[in-house]
Amino acid sequence: MSQVERQQWDVVVVGAGGAGLRAAIEAREQGARTAVICKSLFGKAHTVMAEGGIAASMGNVNSGDNWQVHFRDTLRGGKFLNQWRMAELHAREAPDRVWELETWGALFDRTKDGRISQRNFGGHEYPRLAHVGDRTGLELIRTLQQKIVALQQEDEREFGDHEARLKVFQECTVTRVLKDGEQVSGAFCYERESGRFFVIEAPSVVLATGGIGKSFKVTSNSWEYTGDGHALALLAGAPLLNMEFVQFHPTGMVWPPSVKGILVTESVRGDGGVLRNSEGKRFMFDYIPDVFKEKYAESEQEGDRWYEDPDNNRRPPELLPRDEVARAINSEVKAGRGSPHGGVFLDVSTRMPAEVIRRRLPSMYHQFKELADVDITAEAMEVGPTCHYVMGGIAVESDTAAARGVPGLFAAGEVAGGMHGSNRLGGNSLSDLLVFGRRAGLHAARYAGEQDAAPVVDEAQVDAAAAEALRPFSAEGPEAGATPENPYTLHQELQQTMNDLVGIIRREGEMAEALDKLADLRLRARRAGVEGHRQFNPGWHLALDLRNMLLVSECVARAALERTESRGGHTREDHPGMDRDWRRLNLLCQLADPTGGSAVTDPARGQIDLTRVTTDPIRPDLLALFDKEELVKYLAEEELYE
Amino acid sequence: MSTSTTSGTDSDSGSAAGADGAAYDARFRVWRGDVEGGDLKDFTVRVNEGEVVLDIIHRLQATQAPDLAVRWNCKAGKCGSCSAEINGRPRLMCMTRMSVFERDDVITVTPLRAFPVVRDLVTDVGFNYTKAREVPAFVPPKDLGPGEYRMMQEDVDRSQEFRKCIECFLCQDTCHVVRDHEENKTAFAGPRFLMRVAELDMHPLDAAASTGLDRKATAQEEHGLGFCNITKCCTEVCPEGIRITDNALIPLKERAVDRKYDPLVWLGNKIRRRPT
Amino acid sequence: MATGTEPHLKKGTAPGGVRHGTRAAITAAHLRTDRWWLQPAATAAGLFAFVVYSTWRAFANADYYEAPYVSPFYSPCIADNCEPMKNGPNWEIFGSWWGLSPALLILIFPLGFRLTCYYYRKAYYRGFWASPPACAVAEPHAKYTGETRFPLILQNIHRYFFYAAVPVAGILTYDTVLSFRNEDYEWGHMGLGTLVFLVNITLIWAYTLSCHSCRHIVGGKLKHFSKHPVRYRMWRWVGWLNGRHMLLAWASLISVAVADFYVYLIASGAFDDPTLF
Repeated sequence: MSQVERQQWDVVVVGAGGAGLRAAIEAREQGARTAVICKSLFGKAHTVMAEGGIAASMGNVNSGDNWQVHFRDTLRGGKFLNQWRMAELHAREAPDRVWELETWGALFDRTKDGRISQRNFGGHEYPRLAHVGDRTGLELIRTLQQKIVALQQEDEREFGDHEARLKVFQECTVTRVLKDGEQVSGAFCYERESGRFFVIEAPSVVLATGGIGKSFKVTSNSWEYTGDGHALALLAGAPLLNMEFVQFHPTGMVWPPSVKGILVTESVRGDGGVLRNSEGKRFMFDYIPDVFKEKYAESEQEGDRWYEDPDNNRRPPELLPRDEVARAINSEVKAGRGSPHGGVFLDVSTRMPAEVIRRRLPSMYHQFKELADVDITAEAMEVGPTCHYVMGGIAVESDTAAARGVPGLFAAGEVAGGMHGSNRLGGNSLSDLLVFGRRAGLHAARYAGEQDAAPVVDEAQVDAAAAEALRPFSAEGPEAGATPENPYTLHQELQQTMNDLVGIIRREGEMAEALDKLADLRLRARRAGVEGHRQFNPGWHLALDLRNMLLVSECVARAALERTESRGGHTREDHPGMDRDWRRLNLLCQLADPTGGSAVTDPARGQIDLTRVTTDPIRPDLLALFDKEELVKYLAEEELYE
Repeated sequence: MSTSTTSGTDSDSGSAAGADGAAYDARFRVWRGDVEGGDLKDFTVRVNEGEVVLDIIHRLQATQAPDLAVRWNCKAGKCGSCSAEINGRPRLMCMTRMSVFERDDVITVTPLRAFPVVRDLVTDVGFNYTKAREVPAFVPPKDLGPGEYRMMQEDVDRSQEFRKCIECFLCQDTCHVVRDHEENKTAFAGPRFLMRVAELDMHPLDAAASTGLDRKATAQEEHGLGFCNITKCCTEVCPEGIRITDNALIPLKERAVDRKYDPLVWLGNKIRRRPT
Repeated sequence: MATGTEPHLKKGTAPGGVRHGTRAAITAAHLRTDRWWLQPAATAAGLFAFVVYSTWRAFANADYYEAPYVSPFYSPCIADNCEPMKNGPNWEIFGSWWGLSPALLILIFPLGFRLTCYYYRKAYYRGFWASPPACAVAEPHAKYTGETRFPLILQNIHRYFFYAAVPVAGILTYDTVLSFRNEDYEWGHMGLGTLVFLVNITLIWAYTLSCHSCRHIVGGKLKHFSKHPVRYRMWRWVGWLNGRHMLLAWASLISVAVADFYVYLIASGAFDDPTLF
């Protein structure tokens, strides 16, 4: 068993999306020998799906923009739950991170005077998103990928080896972060192609694995989003922060099944698209909350006039914030007024001439034409809420991206928590990747450089990790002769459970039920068995990913049950209002029994312990950016006095 | 292969479609094997309305062949992972709708045939990563710092078209220069990476020339531009609709002509070089 | 370790195509189920028909002039043995020693232009040389060097044929102007042949200007369009035409044959040019 191949690196980055690649570039430029491990091919990360842009207050289109305004927008969007220091660093550093991409060859869309063009987006006061059409994420990934190749070309010239100081291990999965006492000592990995195990010994590990969307049935996320980094951190003893906050985008495709969950951009509604139920009614007029009553149109006529004359009319309720629209759609479907495939109708065909639709919404026209065989100029789209992003994640130090409590462990990107508070603004994820990807790489390299001796990889941990990874091939039954469980079936049941019981609208009873189901699934997952051998075996890979999804799902369910208020991406039907006293409270998830591993815990108690912690007060100069009247809505009494 | 399909044998996700009465059983032939050998295996599998080939492959995994190896990621034609050959044509599985086939068609799915096979539908696409490394990177202009770049939209349009590439490698797979002649792989970069050379040569701020790198000449000398006989299969298979041949390869050939086959330029170079 | 981005070719890089030892073991040269052979077959048939027709007409050395029309195959006519055409494009550059058809002297240029044209190259590489016959259909050749060596490396001189094709198109334009005369050389008349010539010369110009070399020369070679607004506009205009290069290649090929055949019909007396005014 201990014949596993070992390699020594200074920094190992898990994940090759925007955050992972940016971290790797930084670590390598700091002089650290850096390995990147990713589940897919190099350059295929989920970051490519990002369309809108990168938020950075460069002020190219409106010179009134600056980092303070960006910071303010971010905090408002996150309902003041953000780690304010992260939001500050993010707003301050985003422009430099974008400009730097240009020096690596990125080609953004331009303004008339030749600078980077910036577009408007929900929640951003000024046009702020640097973009390339609707494929900004692809541009970001390709640029970082090509920068890595450029660094490898340098190494080839210097050492005769492209991979002397920076190597990408593509199509490999990390199943355990290894530890030497309290500190990180490396990562246990397997090659997807051959199934072979290997160990990377490194004093620093950067987790940049993205999100958790694949635990939900309807999601805009790719198969990789199984919460690997979240689970690795938990298993290594690091806490997760505010996992209850999951963003559901109101309009994802619901039909055909092959594309269920894929996003339908917000601009469809912005350009005049309306939502109707099966009775043909524009139901959003029934769902305007009292706090928004003054800002939204009361009649269809007024709403329609707004598109032409926004100064003298109020906007139609289809343009309410994402969470409001998603909840309304959810209610209509539950009341039996949904479309044939369980969504509602989003119609532009009766609102605009075909020509205008094709010109203004080319990618949507193309997406529905190619994937659904629906001509959106002639018929309505069917849409419904889709799981999009997790605001919660690994609790990190704001400045260094170091995971709390585990020296040598760092996290950046969607896997890290806190930056976005309870709700993320569009465009802030790509800038988050760059700002904190760089910081994680920088501090991981520094930390590695400070270590006097290389940490020792414990033989026993390697053996245990190998045994854990091989278990699906010798799956145990409750008694001899019982058939093993099909991992695909378990996955589908997990997705259904999370979707139905811990989805967009949450109720105490349903979440308790979800925890029972998760406990049951966890027991059954022990028996998840696979056929065939270790060479590129997707059934095996899924069986291993199940552990991570179950851990993360339990975190989401437990934290959601605990937080008795509604805020941003967490909506409790039984606690519909936002509670100022909850603002300072963060929920931390930790492994209940860190010594016993994941599978041997008692089903009733579960694997996760939840603790409440109070956050540091927001720095006064940052608070001064807001009006008193606004702060009163968010901050608890004692905070206001301080 | 044992028969251990367990609880929920028919775990179809799109059960709603069954109610539509639009579901049917399709006949598939999927190549299974590895570098040691393999064969087209027959399957009969449920197809629901609105599905794409990748859905059917996933259903095969979930119900009949759990270890069927396949690459995929975004399932929306944006990442370029699920490249395969469907009825002999290089395509993305996620963008090939089942409705383009007749119900009684036998649909053949094989791995990309220009690259070494790893297992089932997965091939070793390392060739492409090697070629990517052979193209010298963007050279930033020395006199401009971050934030000082000024480029006009009309000057970046051309390169932006090429940067739409999702690196599905279908063009590399279909290009007969390497598909039909393994021995050309060392000398020929393939359409995707010749397009990368064109992208950089057309980049308004690329300063390669200041380092003595002439991309117009190296396109032919180092990356095998001359192998291309502009038969346009790369353009035909591109899922992003990039006009690879007309906008990248032919302009690059014309640029190489500027450098190498223009007698006036050639004569000028001869005369200028003589005194040194 | 096989996890990096380097290829690990298990059996070397011996020659071979889709049946190479490292590739998926599939014996069929292709698995296409559509009628992939139709396009190359149609292309080959069309090109072959034109070659046969133009060879006959070029060597015929007869029935190419009937006032006011001159066949585009014989224009300009630059040998001593040309039929005299009043004000027409015949200049005795070549002396009386030239005994063959005068068409051969001038057809070299449009022929070379089309032979090295990026579209026609695709068409005949696929249609005649099966290299490849169609996308993802294995080609029958054991070796392939493309346009890296003699003679195919000569395809790179396409732009010089473009330079030659422009004056030839200019002369055909002149011929079209001359066709606004009647058979007595009086101006201000028009026959059906004039219309045929007008269509032909429009297509010839459109094809010539839509050439990829032309696109490169007018603007494609520039790095900064923003510094050359006029050339940028021309480049966009040529680019629009260039997108239809295949269509124009066929349309002009047919129209030039039709124009020649029309002249043949009149000159041989088989048909009388209807006068419009």
